[in-house]
Amino acid sequence: MTSFFQNLGMNYEAAWFTATIAGILLIALPLMLAVALIIYAERKLWAAFALRRGPNVVGPFGILQSFADGLKVFLQETIIPSASNRGLFLIAPIITFTVALMAWAVIPFADGVVLSNINVGLLYILAISSLGVYGVVIAGWASNSKYPFYSAMRAAAQMISYEVSIGFILICVVLWAGTFNVGGIIEGQRSHVFGFINAYALNPLLFPIAVMFLISSMAETARAPFDLTEAESELVAGYQTEYSSMAFALFWLGEYANVLLMCALNAILFWGGYLPPVDWAPLYVVPGIIWFFAKILLMFFIFAWVKATVPRYRYDQLMRLGWKVFLPISLFWVFLVSGYLMFTGHFA
Amino acid sequence: MTTITHLIKTFTLWEFIKAHLLTLKYFFKRKATINYPFEKNPLSPRFRGEHALRRYPNGEERCIACKLCEAVCPALAITIESEPRDDGSRRTTRYDIDMTKCIYCGFCQEACPVDAIVEGPNLEFATETREELLYDKTKLLENGAKWERAIAANLAADAPYR
Repeated sequence: MTSFFQNLGMNYEAAWFTATIAGILLIALPLMLAVALIIYAERKLWAAFALRRGPNVVGPFGILQSFADGLKVFLQETIIPSASNRGLFLIAPIITFTVALMAWAVIPFADGVVLSNINVGLLYILAISSLGVYGVVIAGWASNSKYPFYSAMRAAAQMISYEVSIGFILICVVLWAGTFNVGGIIEGQRSHVFGFINAYALNPLLFPIAVMFLISSMAETARAPFDLTEAESELVAGYQTEYSSMAFALFWLGEYANVLLMCALNAILFWGGYLPPVDWAPLYVVPGIIWFFAKILLMFFIFAWVKATVPRYRYDQLMRLGWKVFLPISLFWVFLVSGYLMFTGHFA
Repeated sequence: MTTITHLIKTFTLWEFIKAHLLTLKYFFKRKATINYPFEKNPLSPRFRGEHALRRYPNGEERCIACKLCEAVCPALAITIESEPRDDGSRRTTRYDIDMTKCIYCGFCQEACPVDAIVEGPNLEFATETREELLYDKTKLLENGAKWERAIAANLAADAPYR
């Protein structure tokens, strides 16, 4: 894209700058639209699982429901509790929202279509998703209210616990792909299983950790069955209890952008990203971005399906699963995968 | 043996898979809810909705200001004041129902000796302000005029069981 702007008569620096801004807008704006639609889609999915109809009045099939909600929230008054820490209170939703968008910089939407093709893309994603907890913790603390504070502490403990096992799961993938570059990991999956399936998840040795990653990513985004940070029966609405208006909407958008990101990561790391499911020439006629979006939507369907099915975990169960089940298993799997790769001479 | 099966079931997420297949079955089922503002459920003739004060077919108010409804009202939502009218018959000068207090028990309707105060089939009377829910005599008589046909039909349908 830089060369396109250079051809318009800019020097290299200006062209690079314009191209990057354009790239950010090209990712962020459709992402916002996608988040609005995905909230609608999720409400429809839960409704269907519960034999309800879901939103169906605003626009055809209620598809504009999220926009109506957004408009309503936008017209509300921003209430800042007098006991809160004003600066932090306002900056917390901004952190959540920004961080949720930042990770998309290294996600390849098709072969070579990526904003920033850095070598340690996966580390970048890990770092950014760890930053996400700051928004929640600051929101809970700055509200100066007990339930948001409990929620923030829960969120911090939960995200840290599951990031440990997510780290080990990513190590397995990185070992197999031999690179931290996200595009490289996708290319590593080309005809990976039996010589024609483009997915790490269907590799018998990697399938268990693919499932573990799916579960961990639900815990990482604090989604049901791990949505203890906003367990309404215990914590009113969790860390966003004191928020209203756009600040509340930013949390909401950030949360769903995170969910989409985790769906995208599942698709990229284990289901072949923008590659078609099998390595068969006619399937390559469909552009990679379509395959990628289809996989994201499939993962999102699974997320919504789980949320509609599994009841919320107790907090000690959540911690037990994270530290006493996922951590040992993922650690063992790092050992297993690296041992297998050593034995088969993958590193030679 | 049971520990081994338990272990296998745990690690294959057996219960989770079963649960998800069950919910997936429900996903494709027919919706149980109706499309509310456009479709409505049938109402029983005994349905206790918004109140109405009825009139006789000749236009005379039914209510004779006996205040039995006011006395029986467990929520103290009804306030009645009465005076003899010019022709000597006793009629209400004030008949207020505070709909925010009303619990829709239907006792007023049961207590009424002349079927004057009734709870009609209307359930969609939400308002934007609280004050609009403080009904006075005019409002109740208007309701009676508006819903008379439905109310009369309901009373007739329920009469054999009273």
